[in-house]
Amino acid sequence: MIETKPSIERRSAPPIVDAVDLELKLKPYTKYTLKNGVDVYAIDAGAEEVLSVEWVFYAGNWYEDKPLVAATTNFLLKNGTSRLNAFQINEHFDYYGSYLNRACYNETATLSLHCLTRHIGELLPVVRELITDSVLPVEELSIYQQNMKQRLKVNLKKNEFVAGRLIDVYLFGENHPYGRFSREEDFDALNRAELQAFYDKYYHNGKWVMFVAGRLPLNLESLLNTYFGDLPYHEIGEKKILTEPAAERKYRITNDEEGVQGSIRIARAFPNRHHPDFLKVQVLNSLFGGFFGSRLMSNIREDKGYTYGIHSYLQNHIHESAWMISTEAGKEVCEATIAEVYKEMHDLKEELVDDEELQLVRNYMMGSILGDLDGPFHIIARWKNIILNGLDEDYFYRSINTIKTITPEELRELARKYLMKDDFYELVVV
Amino acid sequence: MIHFDKFTLPNGLRVIVHQDTSTPMAVMNIMYDVGARDEDEERTGFAHLFEHLMFGGSINIPNYDEPLQMAGGENNAYTTNDLTNYYIQLPAENLETAFWLESDRMLSLAFSEKSLDVQRKVVCEEFKEHYIAKPYGDVWHRMRELAYSRHPYKWMTIGKELSHIENASLDDVKNFFFKFYRPANAVMVVAGNVTTERVKQLAEKWFGDLPSGEKYKRNLPQEPAQVAERKLELKANVPLDAFYKCWHIYPRLDRRYYIADLLTDILSGGGSSRLYQSLVKEQQLFSNIECYHFGSSDAGLLCIEGKLVKGTKMNVAEAAVEKELEKMKNELVNEQELQKVKNKTESMIAFEDMSVLNRANSLAYYELLGDAAWMNYELEKYASVTADDIKEESKNIFRQENSNTLYYYSGN
Repeated sequence: MIETKPSIERRSAPPIVDAVDLELKLKPYTKYTLKNGVDVYAIDAGAEEVLSVEWVFYAGNWYEDKPLVAATTNFLLKNGTSRLNAFQINEHFDYYGSYLNRACYNETATLSLHCLTRHIGELLPVVRELITDSVLPVEELSIYQQNMKQRLKVNLKKNEFVAGRLIDVYLFGENHPYGRFSREEDFDALNRAELQAFYDKYYHNGKWVMFVAGRLPLNLESLLNTYFGDLPYHEIGEKKILTEPAAERKYRITNDEEGVQGSIRIARAFPNRHHPDFLKVQVLNSLFGGFFGSRLMSNIREDKGYTYGIHSYLQNHIHESAWMISTEAGKEVCEATIAEVYKEMHDLKEELVDDEELQLVRNYMMGSILGDLDGPFHIIARWKNIILNGLDEDYFYRSINTIKTITPEELRELARKYLMKDDFYELVVV
Repeated sequence: MIHFDKFTLPNGLRVIVHQDTSTPMAVMNIMYDVGARDEDEERTGFAHLFEHLMFGGSINIPNYDEPLQMAGGENNAYTTNDLTNYYIQLPAENLETAFWLESDRMLSLAFSEKSLDVQRKVVCEEFKEHYIAKPYGDVWHRMRELAYSRHPYKWMTIGKELSHIENASLDDVKNFFFKFYRPANAVMVVAGNVTTERVKQLAEKWFGDLPSGEKYKRNLPQEPAQVAERKLELKANVPLDAFYKCWHIYPRLDRRYYIADLLTDILSGGGSSRLYQSLVKEQQLFSNIECYHFGSSDAGLLCIEGKLVKGTKMNVAEAAVEKELEKMKNELVNEQELQKVKNKTESMIAFEDMSVLNRANSLAYYELLGDAAWMNYELEKYASVTADDIKEESKNIFRQENSNTLYYYSGN
């Protein structure tokens, strides 16, 4: 008799543990305060002997009085102190295989260092120098102006770049930090003295907070105190800036006569993370256009093939947010794409999501958060977001709870409240 | 040191298990030994189009994504000129879902006409988004055609032209599948919070009875050594003149590959690198300049590309690049500079290896190249490179007759 293996059942899925039943924990941080009052948030974890240190200054666009001053000051932090020139600074960090990056955002501007743990002692003193003694050399400024203007020229050829700038102008107004964009003349108008003043006020004598993560050396706190605990630290006043949203809602722009695709942006204003609807709308957004299995993706990419990808998301701003739908679609199907976006909004307002689809969204979101807590850098990034947005420590667990418990009725209510066609700006750049 | 276990199923599927209990997740990475280089020259872009079709349902499972998302998983895939890679990350408790999904699509796809129809359009939009709608988007189509006369690296992964994708038929799809997507032609890595015992049991259960298929024997036309320099001028509606120059280098497994890799770091890895310091900062001829290579399995290209500062003449820019290359050929790099690029390589590897997904991906790639264990010897290979090696290889690589230059002029 020939024995045959029983064939396996390939048609039905193996049993799963619902991701909503998994226990999700955000590893708590350790916090200490340097002698001068600067808070340090630390996550000690990881398999590799590496770490990251981030200095977050309240020195973003929000605080500048003239366009590009914040971004340019931030860029030039690495380009010269009274002791070292740009090349020597770069060579020092490069020699130890480390990465010293800077970035300027709307409210904050950062310096971040990634390195092998064993090199940290060689690198911190030079970072101190950048924070206390940058001289923002005028030759470095002029190279930056020249190269950034050239880069802008190339970017302006890209429809998606143009669309991204314009939709923010409609939402926030061109004088608001979230809507402001760079023009050639803004680069030309920069001068060194203004940058130095901004540096003195917002870096050297500014307000800042630190985040460290990775395999941390035992003496890290004392190292940080040695190099940063004696620096000036000042509170800075809250600055109120009002948005000036556009009155006109619908725009069609031609950027490239021979273009083959249109950049579509559809967006509405939305409150920040402190609003009671924010977490719930995150779930509605996932269902609508927040992941590969979303309504927008299933319909407009996977059924119609109009685009390589379509996404919706809540913008990551501290003061105000916006709800954005973004895609690049074939020129001849742009209007059809927009019609389908509104059709999906309509369906969310009219019909209750069924249990299976909602369960899918819940499980996807939970799995995605679980996967995103991979390693110390991801964990500190979550905490940083919570802390810089002024949210309480419970925020993470409330967001998990919202994902687990939101009902189809609540989602429909939110759709009726926020997915009103007339509230959306609509833009196509071809 | 990355630890792993390895076994092979009777049908030829190679399985690697890498345990990391610090994560609650599991990763499944399946790499198929087929890329754009294995395509017919008249049907390019097929390996990549096929990657899209792998999400259009398999023989027993009409929808791939939904059950995975239901299990809290995420997935993605990519195609290169050398290989096609699919990966899943999901809560370790639900590992079996990954086995179920991946084994069914290795068994057979559903081959749906609708899926082919839609994905042809999606890929055409991807083609437009990345290569037509972007300024300088056609550069690599043209450069590959210039630099390769015979080897299939002469076309890009996305394909030579839209019509090749538009004309793909369901028969082409079926033939491709049964030729390449067989257990004997794949490497599976399971990593994260898993045990070898459990993976073995699941692999035998779900993949054990798949027909082995015929092992694909790669026999590609080899690129003859280049004997004369090649140049091409293009003019397009772009705002700035740009300079691109490529030289042939060595296959992935050649010792000289590591020398070439460090060489690119000396020229352009970071703010203290030579080309940036000399040409962007001191001479201000370029607004940006980069030197890199393609990391391809067969002999690839080393490239220098940059955009010229307005008013700079192309021949002046090129001469300044050549002058830096002459230094590489004639003078030894000092020990500190060599140590710098080695240190950088060490930390880059450490940062990459932080993520389980990256480790799984690397294990699969080294296994495809010959042995997953090679992943652990990379640092030694870089460490053994000397200043003499750098000088000798600079002489070998940066010969005019080995070069391909593309002058991209602004048409405004």
